[in-house]
Amino acid sequence: MTSMTMLQAINSALDVMMARDPNVVVLGEDVGYFGGVFKATQGLQAKYGKTRVFDTPINEGGIIGVAVGMAAYGLRPVPEIQFADYIYPAFDQLVSEAARLRYRSAGQFTAPMTVRSPMGGGIFGGQTHSQSPEGIFTHVSGLKTVIPSTPYDAKGLLIASIEDNDPVIFLEPKRIYNGPFDGHYDRPVVPWSKHPASEVPDDYYTVPLGKAAVTRPGTDLTIVTYGTMVHVVTAFAEENGIDAEIIDVRTLVPLDIETIAASVEKTGRCMIVHEATRTGGFGAELSAEIQERCFYALEAPVARVTGWDTPYPHALEWAYFPGPVRLGQACKKLMEA
Amino acid sequence: MKARGSNLPPLSLHVPEPRFRPGDTVDYADFEIPIAGAQSRPDINAIPRDIAGHAYGMIRVLDGEGRAVGPWNPNLDPATLRNMLREMVLLRAFDDRFFRAQRQGKTSFYMKSTGEEATSIGAAHALHDDDMCFPSYRQQGLLIARGYPLIEMMCQIYNNSGDKLKGRQLPVMYSSREKSFFSLSGNLATQYPQAVGWAMASAIKGDTRIAAAWCGEGSTAEGDFHSALTFASVYRAATVFNIINNQWAISSFSGFAGAESTTFAARAIGYGIAGLRIDGNDILAVYAATQWAAERARAGHGPTLIEHFTYRAEGHSTSDDPSRYRAAEERTKWPLGDPIVRLKHHLEALGEWDEERHVALEKECVALIRDNAREAEARGVLGDGLRHHSFDTMFEDVFETMPHHLQEQRDQMIAEREAAGLKP
Repeated sequence: MTSMTMLQAINSALDVMMARDPNVVVLGEDVGYFGGVFKATQGLQAKYGKTRVFDTPINEGGIIGVAVGMAAYGLRPVPEIQFADYIYPAFDQLVSEAARLRYRSAGQFTAPMTVRSPMGGGIFGGQTHSQSPEGIFTHVSGLKTVIPSTPYDAKGLLIASIEDNDPVIFLEPKRIYNGPFDGHYDRPVVPWSKHPASEVPDDYYTVPLGKAAVTRPGTDLTIVTYGTMVHVVTAFAEENGIDAEIIDVRTLVPLDIETIAASVEKTGRCMIVHEATRTGGFGAELSAEIQERCFYALEAPVARVTGWDTPYPHALEWAYFPGPVRLGQACKKLMEA
Repeated sequence: MKARGSNLPPLSLHVPEPRFRPGDTVDYADFEIPIAGAQSRPDINAIPRDIAGHAYGMIRVLDGEGRAVGPWNPNLDPATLRNMLREMVLLRAFDDRFFRAQRQGKTSFYMKSTGEEATSIGAAHALHDDDMCFPSYRQQGLLIARGYPLIEMMCQIYNNSGDKLKGRQLPVMYSSREKSFFSLSGNLATQYPQAVGWAMASAIKGDTRIAAAWCGEGSTAEGDFHSALTFASVYRAATVFNIINNQWAISSFSGFAGAESTTFAARAIGYGIAGLRIDGNDILAVYAATQWAAERARAGHGPTLIEHFTYRAEGHSTSDDPSRYRAAEERTKWPLGDPIVRLKHHLEALGEWDEERHVALEKECVALIRDNAREAEARGVLGDGLRHHSFDTMFEDVFETMPHHLQEQRDQMIAEREAAGLKP
């Protein structure tokens, strides 16, 4: 075991898989010699060579397009899209190609690939370095969507994603790359080393896809969330003495609805929290599923706390981000209902 | 205050217009037919800039008298030439039969490759059988030339119980892993960067197989086309890119992809890729250019872009009527002729073929297609409601293992159909 940041855990997962499987290759903008703009691929090219870890042209459609071809050949490419905000030029290759290759060829060709990309806000990244586009991918049949919230999960989920025989969108909440975030942007950053989930095995292990985690048991209400917001809502519950049961979804598709529904059946109240915009966001899907399955157990309408339906505003970030103030208002309404 | 430029002539937008529309008299008198045999054959390691002229001229082997001339003559033996002729005739018979099948209501859609047969049959002969093909939707000739069973193609077109793709794909969107024929998307040019990635993977693994990709001239406008050429150039990917310039993209003539200003082969030059422009109705030119490009790729000298200059003799698909947007005479007056007729003349000029044998070949091919089609139809046609794959198979292969939500939806569909008294 080693205490790792989320970035180190991701780097370790790539290292472990490249050593285990000669078909794993890493490609993307600046990922080679430089080791990536966030350093997630640092040291890999020196260790595994230029034909397994290499820089690409600045062309996201091309990165994913060639990754589909590599996967069809039999490799397990792990392309990096430098920011999730840059992924849209690759949308057709993900949605129409990678996601459907197994289906349309009835299994003759497959696209086992893991698209890594930093996502989310809280870093003063402005509207092109802060978005949370997960809901766009969860709407696509044939893609799995994974968002880890701790170093331990990041490594285990990334290894499981690379080993998966279907395409996985692996979104990394960059606000928590170097430490968990309690939602108080004006307080000093706490390092990962203070968090128990920073203890990461050095070798191979997996965290299975499709399984949510109950990160805090409780009885007052269920908070369903993922990524950075897991830490924000945990701090919120502790600071306000709320006995919340917190569920880290971890894998959005396939969704572990059973764990979520069992919790809501128990608490009777549910708050869904994500950074992404509200309308058509993944919270809407969660809310609908919970309502369909737990309607008679609900004491109050399911609440959503999300980013506003605006582009991500640079200077106004902390009014946009669903932080403690907004969580408090939503929680009050939910508990009083 | 006067706005700046107010005394300048106004700008005007150029919107391309094809030369001939329905009702126009078609006249190709000013089309200068490039001289067969005139283009040099560079070494396979030529530097793209040094052979830029090959992207603007046109490689032709078969001349007006049916002779094979010049340095690009691949000197194929008569048996191979007859094979190619047979495959082209078979392909045309196949297309005719299944165009009619759509009209008869036996399937939803069909796309003919009439007039372009040489571009796929010739290429298939020049490539190795295990080189990976990333086709567009008019390369059924590759499957025929590689000996894919006709009945498998037909079952796919009918989406019947014999369809290996389980009724999921539009007719002609074939896939055959064993024939190294990549699954067809239907979205345009997406296969181009995929071919590059496949070729990169082949190189990463020290394999010897190369990739070949096809798209139409219209699809060269897609971003994926340019992504592919950029990546192929950067990594010197062992890829043969084919542009089938058949002049028409549904109703849009090639000018809407840039043909008024340059050739499609010339797209290669800016990327530092070898570009060859060839007579796509001359199967010997197709063979020779593909062979050159394949050898170049296999030897590590990088990709080649080949523009096959040809003519789409029929509509885009069963869904459009070409007489509504172009002059019908274009086909008959096409200055580069018909690929089957031209190879036939060549074989006749060699004393290796005659009219009698040709008529017999056509009859044989029509009968072969008919017999196979009957067999395929016995396994069901689209929409007969009887012999497709069972409904619950639609939930398979979305993922390797069916996740919980798809199991639930499958069970729901079965329950709903049962409740409504419908068959499962």
